[in-house]
Amino acid sequence: MAQPKNFGYDADAAALKSQAEKFFNDRLPVDQLHALVAHDSTPEREPVVDWKPEIWTEMVELGWSILTVPEDKGGLGLPLVAVAGLIEAQGKAACPSPLLETLNVGLVLSHCDQADAGFEAILEGKSVALAFADQHGSYEPSTTQVKADGDVLSGTAYFVQEAGKVDALLVAAQSGQGINWYWVDKSAAGVAVQQDAIIDLTRDQATVSFDQVSGLKLGSDACAAFAAAQPAIAALLAADVAGAGEWLLQTTVEYVSVRKQFDRPLGFFQGVKHPLVNVMLAIDETKSLAYNAACAYDCDEPNTPKAGHLAKASAADTADFSASRAVQMHGGIGFTWECYVHLYFKRQMHSKALYGDAMWHRAKLADIVFGPAAA
Amino acid sequence: MSDGARVDTPEQAAFREHCRSWLVANHPGEPPVRLPQSAIEIMNSDQMDFLQTWQKSAYDAGLIGCDYPEFCGGGGHTGFQRIANDEMIRAKTPILPNVIGLGMAAPTILNHASDELKAELLPRLLSGEDIWCQGFSEPGAGSDLAGVQTFAEPTGDGKWLINGHKVWTSLAHFASWMIILVRTDKSHKYDGLSYFVVPIKSALGKGVTVRPLIKMTGELGFNEVLFDNLVVDDRMRLDELGKGWQVAMTTLLFERGAGNLDTPRAGGMTSKASFTTSVGAVAKLAKETMRGGKSVSEDPVMRDKIMQELVKEEGFIQTQRRARVPELTDHPMRIPLQGKLQVSEMHQRTANLAMEVGGAKGSLYLGDEAALEGGQWTLGYMNSFGFTIAAGTSEVQRNILGERVLGLPKSK
Repeated sequence: MAQPKNFGYDADAAALKSQAEKFFNDRLPVDQLHALVAHDSTPEREPVVDWKPEIWTEMVELGWSILTVPEDKGGLGLPLVAVAGLIEAQGKAACPSPLLETLNVGLVLSHCDQADAGFEAILEGKSVALAFADQHGSYEPSTTQVKADGDVLSGTAYFVQEAGKVDALLVAAQSGQGINWYWVDKSAAGVAVQQDAIIDLTRDQATVSFDQVSGLKLGSDACAAFAAAQPAIAALLAADVAGAGEWLLQTTVEYVSVRKQFDRPLGFFQGVKHPLVNVMLAIDETKSLAYNAACAYDCDEPNTPKAGHLAKASAADTADFSASRAVQMHGGIGFTWECYVHLYFKRQMHSKALYGDAMWHRAKLADIVFGPAAA
Repeated sequence: MSDGARVDTPEQAAFREHCRSWLVANHPGEPPVRLPQSAIEIMNSDQMDFLQTWQKSAYDAGLIGCDYPEFCGGGGHTGFQRIANDEMIRAKTPILPNVIGLGMAAPTILNHASDELKAELLPRLLSGEDIWCQGFSEPGAGSDLAGVQTFAEPTGDGKWLINGHKVWTSLAHFASWMIILVRTDKSHKYDGLSYFVVPIKSALGKGVTVRPLIKMTGELGFNEVLFDNLVVDDRMRLDELGKGWQVAMTTLLFERGAGNLDTPRAGGMTSKASFTTSVGAVAKLAKETMRGGKSVSEDPVMRDKIMQELVKEEGFIQTQRRARVPELTDHPMRIPLQGKLQVSEMHQRTANLAMEVGGAKGSLYLGDEAALEGGQWTLGYMNSFGFTIAAGTSEVQRNILGERVLGLPKSK
């Protein structure tokens, strides 16, 4: 199906986004966010999971967590471009929640052959995260270090996002018949969650080990399901980066309009003005490619994998650039713990590598454009 | 502004069909001469004659000026130019030679001239019979445009005497007319400017001298224009005395592609029909270029470099698409004001990348049969600096974006 020129972004999508912007502004403005997640500046601090579960409860009540459940499975039937608007708003607020991961699981399950029980759990309000990366940080199920003996899982999943917040995990495990997806309740016997000490204060991440844990198989051929969902996952993460980038840009613009040196606001100087314009151009690129990938996914276009790689390749670079310029243009104050900029700087650093960095996505793009690289 | 999200009305659909069938029957075919990459690089009268004949025939068929009022020689329609442009580009027609007339002079005249002047000037502008040029820059007024010193002095009998020196004037050597920004009051920088249309061709030797400048590419295309007591009637003034800066802003808005009227646009055909500055063309070149016994497209470093540029190119295309979706844009001028900066820098990087892919062959120019795409990449790379400098340098564009969109303090 050809893409609609307006990305399929309709009035419902716009309404969802403005509802989300208002919600995040009300529930967790940046000063409260800072108080919530930045209470301990010790570099070697023990990892903790700082979030407000009551905000998540409200998000579930608003129906946001079921937005990637297919309509015929009880979902709401909103296109992914509308979901991208919601995630852009969440990124701009840097709100800690298991929303993105739960939506990602919905996307993967949409390409699984026996996923009904998973959809039912999400419809009941359960939050869930993908557990499939290996110890080297490869975000591809093909290298999972979890094994399945029947429906009993053993092994370890690394770099599991929001593991400290979710109720359940969708685990990729190697069985005698290929790699499958299994649903595991986090509270099940044999599941151990070891929080990673990450730089990002607005997310959590963990190493999750499974010792003879019984899981429920929801899909065979985990790699195919993940590959089909990946452009959508890339689109949503790119939307998050665009939202966080816009916060960094606008906050920095406000600061350099007020802060004076040499009797002028800093923003008068082209050495400050021009890099901020370049940040704006980078954010616009990422935002456009995010909505393009979401729209391609909605339309099931043959170009969808390419669109996904374009979105995250751009997002990884924009995450880096928007964060670094914000700190630099804030000068000395931007380098301190008390300035809110570091929250978004760290969120962007995390997003940069999450689900594949720029070089990885460009390598995948090159494989599409030129054919696979010679071994 | 074109609106790609809009579906054709029945009238527009019929017009699209007319364009298509007319273009099938009337495409001028392979040109008898090497055509330049853009109208501002037209060097000789053979090229100009061929292109003017093409513009006139497209105008006569109703494909140019469709959205201008009928009394101005236009079609009197709304939303037709966008369709004609789509179809002319799809049909890979020659470019339109009167690019400054169509893109800058015409919308400025439409917005600021008397109806009498519109009716007098616009028909021959739209048809391409009169070529137009733009007299803004001067030796002492480049990025600081409001510093122009060319002076118009009232003679007391409803006429003006113009004296001064304009530079970087593309197409002046073919032009019948010029839009010109002059000083009428030396005591006010901005409010001392006024805006006229002045004859060039008919005044050569009678107050006007055009001297071609040779560009770094070796091509002609732009000029210096000297005014020595040129007499101009007061009715050739656009808008009020002292409002020249505001009129010039209209011109610049359209020059940067941010105006509210579609500029007639055609193209796709050059002397080498297959050549376009795009990442796809660089990728093709990389596949065909061998180094160390292997295709450049197998080199992981070059693959990554080319994909970096692909991300930027596709990002630009999708941002242009997003510009037409108001719900997905914050500030209405945020995307339109990026266009000129992004296109010119993108072409510069892409052409440079092609030369890098070409390796040693990147050193060969138009006169060498072995040159990359007949030397078009090398020529295109050098010509790209014309676009990152003209119409407000990239540095000025970044000031404009920083000030008008981000709201940062003005750098002047």
